[in-house]
Amino acid sequence: MAELDTSILRPPTMERPDVRDAGAALAPSREPAVDAILRPSEPALFSLTDLSFWYGHKQVLANISMSFPMNKVTALIGPSGCGKSTLLRCLNRMNDLIRGVRVAGRVEYRGQDIYARDIDPVEVRRRIGMVFQKPNPFPKSIYENAAFGARVNGYRGNMDELVERSLRQAALWDEVKDDLKQIGLALSGGQQQRLCIARALAVQPDVILMDEPCSALDPIATLKIEDLIRELVNEFTIIIVTHNMQQAARVSDYTAFVLADEAGAGHLIEYGTTHDLFTTPKDRRTEEYITGRFG
Amino acid sequence: MTRTAFEQQLVEIQEEMLLLGTMVDSAIERSITALKERDVDLARHVIADDARVNRKRYEIEERCLELIARQQPLAGDLRAIVSVLYIIVDLERMADHAEGIAKIAVMLADEPPLKPYIDIPRMAEVARHMLTSSLEAFKDRDPARARAVCNLDDEVDALYDQVYRELLTYMVNDPKTIERATHLTWVAHNLERIADRVTNVCERVVYLVEGKISELNVSTY
Repeated sequence: MAELDTSILRPPTMERPDVRDAGAALAPSREPAVDAILRPSEPALFSLTDLSFWYGHKQVLANISMSFPMNKVTALIGPSGCGKSTLLRCLNRMNDLIRGVRVAGRVEYRGQDIYARDIDPVEVRRRIGMVFQKPNPFPKSIYENAAFGARVNGYRGNMDELVERSLRQAALWDEVKDDLKQIGLALSGGQQQRLCIARALAVQPDVILMDEPCSALDPIATLKIEDLIRELVNEFTIIIVTHNMQQAARVSDYTAFVLADEAGAGHLIEYGTTHDLFTTPKDRRTEEYITGRFG
Repeated sequence: MTRTAFEQQLVEIQEEMLLLGTMVDSAIERSITALKERDVDLARHVIADDARVNRKRYEIEERCLELIARQQPLAGDLRAIVSVLYIIVDLERMADHAEGIAKIAVMLADEPPLKPYIDIPRMAEVARHMLTSSLEAFKDRDPARARAVCNLDDEVDALYDQVYRELLTYMVNDPKTIERATHLTWVAHNLERIADRVTNVCERVVYLVEGKISELNVSTY
């Protein structure tokens, strides 16, 4: 993929509140074992440095430092409440929408600190799209669902072509091409989720964040989404949160294991190639979690 | 099935594999005794028992496949099951070598003895020691011991070399000994192969503990 111009992230007129708390950087750090955290050799699309995060007074992420390689699928795994979804949402500033949150540390996307004051979070979210746990198509036609983001962004090209391309990329076109006026909500759960992926793709993002995208789907629909993920990674960088370890093992190239401490703050325990993490994890806690002996 | 049941089954397949190991060790020991003591009945028992070894190997394989299919094991659990799957194949082949020795014991029982057996029983002793040690290394998750066991393969190779040269001398000096001497070289070869297969078991012990697959000792033969 060609280098994107990241200067577009900071339109000169934009003034955004800085949600970072400078004092938060003084919070106690619990460094994981150094050799359990891989530094992928591929170019990094995201680089996180000492990322910490609070909901009010409750710290949910503690000093996460890692990088996400370009055009790879990276899976975030860990028990419920470990902060993996929060970590995912930090990557496109989705957490900004919640009142009382604080962020410390750096999240660099293509070398740009996305939490810098002059960065436009709307543009961040356009570049870094998101697919959620439950399929959430709008109560509109299939066509309008796919076209929605592009319309909002003032897309001036051929909308029919964009809709077709997005639906094809989401492996949905052949199933819906004859009925694009049908309401999106009438599709099956798996089709609705692929429609949501098409909607995310239509704004031509660089990254797709997926927060348990298959948890509401049956096994066949799940496998279709997983096949789609492997197709899409040729063009996009994908970061997926999943509770399903077999899914992480099937679709991802890299896997990160996040675990909360007694106080509830999530730490990056281990990060490695999916092969290594699932066959020879370095940290005892990773081994216990992935073999179902956790806790 | 809960994880507790899974853990129990995981332990059971490893215990079954160790049991298969003792069946194989017994087959080697009895085949050499049958050869030394010209005991045809014992040799025929070893030959008949090979079917039991084969059955046991397939039973364990079935249980491993069922665990993989039902439990999708990962990490150390996955390495344990994969190691068992490989080791049972080597154990079953070792039993085939013991069966081969027993068949030769039957053939040689009616022939006059060529020479007193010294090095062949010594080879069997070292090979059996390697086998039991490798299985203990598996049980104890001890890669250092597994590596040490592999080094003993050199001793078996040296004994094989010695037996082979000695039997060659017999054949050169008296062509009437060729058939018996050839049979005895096959016995020695079977023992040498058993020791080689023990090194495969040791490699799996290292893989089980360290997650690395590597060849530990390349046999001369």
